[in-house]
Amino acid sequence: MKRRDFIKGAAGGLALLTLDSKLVDARMVEALPPDALGILYDSTLCVGCNACMPACKKANSMNPEMTGDQELWDNPQDLSASTLNIIKRFSSGSGEHKDQEEDGYAFIKRQCLHCVDPSCVTACPVSALTKDKDTGIVAYNKDACIGCRYCQVACPYNIPKFEWDDPYPEIVKCELCSHLIAKGDISACCSACPTGASLFGPVTKLRDETRRRLQMEPGKRYKFPVSSIDSGKWHEFEAPEYERHVYGRDELGGTQVMYMSAVPFERFGLPGFPKESFVSMASGIQYAIYKGMVYPLVVLAGLIFMANKHKNSDETEQSASSHDQGEDA
Amino acid sequence: MSHEPKALGGRIFTRTFCICMFVVAIAGYFVVKRLVFGIGSVTNLNDGYPWGIWISYDVVVGTAFACGGYVMALMVYIMNRGEYHPLVRPALLASMFGYTLAGVSVFLDIGRYLNVYNLYLPWQMNFHSVMFEVAMCIGTYILVLWLEFTPAFVEKWGLKNFGKKLNKVIFAIIALGVLLPTMHQSSLGTMMLMAGYKLNPLWHTIALPLLFLLTAVFMGFAMVIFEATISSRVYELGDETSILSRIGRIMVYVLGFYLVIRFQNIFMRGLMDEAFSGSFLGNMFLLENLMLIIGLVILAYPNYRNNPRLLFIAATAILIGGSLYRFNTYIIGFDPGTGWKYFPSIGEQMITYGLIAFEIAMYTLFVKIFPVFSVQASTESNN
Repeated sequence: MKRRDFIKGAAGGLALLTLDSKLVDARMVEALPPDALGILYDSTLCVGCNACMPACKKANSMNPEMTGDQELWDNPQDLSASTLNIIKRFSSGSGEHKDQEEDGYAFIKRQCLHCVDPSCVTACPVSALTKDKDTGIVAYNKDACIGCRYCQVACPYNIPKFEWDDPYPEIVKCELCSHLIAKGDISACCSACPTGASLFGPVTKLRDETRRRLQMEPGKRYKFPVSSIDSGKWHEFEAPEYERHVYGRDELGGTQVMYMSAVPFERFGLPGFPKESFVSMASGIQYAIYKGMVYPLVVLAGLIFMANKHKNSDETEQSASSHDQGEDA
Repeated sequence: MSHEPKALGGRIFTRTFCICMFVVAIAGYFVVKRLVFGIGSVTNLNDGYPWGIWISYDVVVGTAFACGGYVMALMVYIMNRGEYHPLVRPALLASMFGYTLAGVSVFLDIGRYLNVYNLYLPWQMNFHSVMFEVAMCIGTYILVLWLEFTPAFVEKWGLKNFGKKLNKVIFAIIALGVLLPTMHQSSLGTMMLMAGYKLNPLWHTIALPLLFLLTAVFMGFAMVIFEATISSRVYELGDETSILSRIGRIMVYVLGFYLVIRFQNIFMRGLMDEAFSGSFLGNMFLLENLMLIIGLVILAYPNYRNNPRLLFIAATAILIGGSLYRFNTYIIGFDPGTGWKYFPSIGEQMITYGLIAFEIAMYTLFVKIFPVFSVQASTESNN
């Protein structure tokens, strides 16, 4: 009877695994921290001067990456263990017109987006990646990191990079210049940006700003803040014809770094994502099974009971057989 | 027929042993290179494919191969099927080395190995992390496997007092030895849920944990058949087909259940077209399941599974099919986008071969020194 009960319980546990929808509810997508900081990158304001890239390297003491034949200046091809921030260009056809999908080009800034519900933070076994409770900055602690690289597998934007050629490597990613923010400054890329394409500020204010920009009448002149949304400095530009979507507003639960553009975001290789994060799906299952370790402990108790019961029968059998052997000898 | 296992004795430095140690020596060179110059100097791993064969073979496939000890302990000690008792200790031995070397491989694979102690600091633990659970379970299970095998050391060295003490708690160790693999083998599946869109939908499903647990179970059984067949030939242990074919019969149910879930899952998510589209990944999906179906068909018919050769072929096909499923989930079906490519380098492969060779060498060494096999009366008289 007992064994049958146990098997029933085990089967119930397995059945639990196959129910999709209910389990996902077991964990909600995380909410935006109250004082979350972020960046609004407006592709239409970016002129591709790349000023943000050396500023980032200087602020974070990163080595230049020389590619091609030259050994004079930094020209990384993509994010890497020594490049936390990069401006990339999309181009199509003749590539003549800025912010145009056909025969045009447009810039995009790639960096850590500081997800509201970051996969890397959930993935990291030793809490080396953490999300700040107030600012929401996703920070890295090399003293905790064991270098398992699960964050790289988990990140939907392929952001964390690894120092493959270092005997004792670290994970490298943008931390929003948290060391500068601690001193009351702002992220180096935003300080350096001459046009306000990279705009630093509290995420709630940046979200308001995206709404304001989406309501602008294309061709009319408006004021666009520079560096930080609270800086009081601004430029005046003609409003472009924005895509009616802010990338990072809802993607996988939202991100604190957001993009606006006049070109569809797929053109920059940015995948379209559902609102729900993969994290909540994966840890939904983990939560359901391992919450308070109740199921594992119940199963363990059952296993100990069975093993102990059968050990006793095993022992009597064994002592009987050794007794037989003794008689034979 | 006695249940008492005996050490086989005999020459240790056989040709197999020497070849294996030679491979281990080559692997040793690459291990030193990796430790001195970094992971990038030995492997083709990159930021798009952060995990290569060290994870996908040594850990994900290797520990499934090493599930023989898990399933046999489950059968004998939990389900009380004492008739399989002679198969437990050889299976435990193989599992012990399989898991230990998976541990070694992880140690080489992780970049900041000196920080491993952080896994045991309560304030650093991340209970939401699947990786944390897998790391803790595998770490603990390696220890549990050595404890489960300890009776062999006790018998060899005649540690009677220690043996008595161990006997009092061994049931708890055995229970842990069943719980831990159940947990981490399913979690190895949960792990890849987080990869999201990077993993092809043919493998990315909420059923991953269940599918991984089932593959672990039937691959564990298949490995018991595979190993027992080879060692009964090599060490002339006598014919074990009758007991092995009974294991084959159990596998029919596990495999059947697995295949029903696997195909139902693909069908319900409307991926049948993709599976049969003739694309590379579609074909990998079909190949993986074809191997399992071949094994299932052989095992389903008593006439076939009672034939030692066919039984061995079935076990091999199932091991290949199960491994392919796990490879597909961790590497082949994984595409981070943006043009990243990965194929294991020579050095990377050599370290994996070295670990396999070490496992084989240690297995042959241990069965000669320690009481592992229950030698049947007929062969005993031959010695």
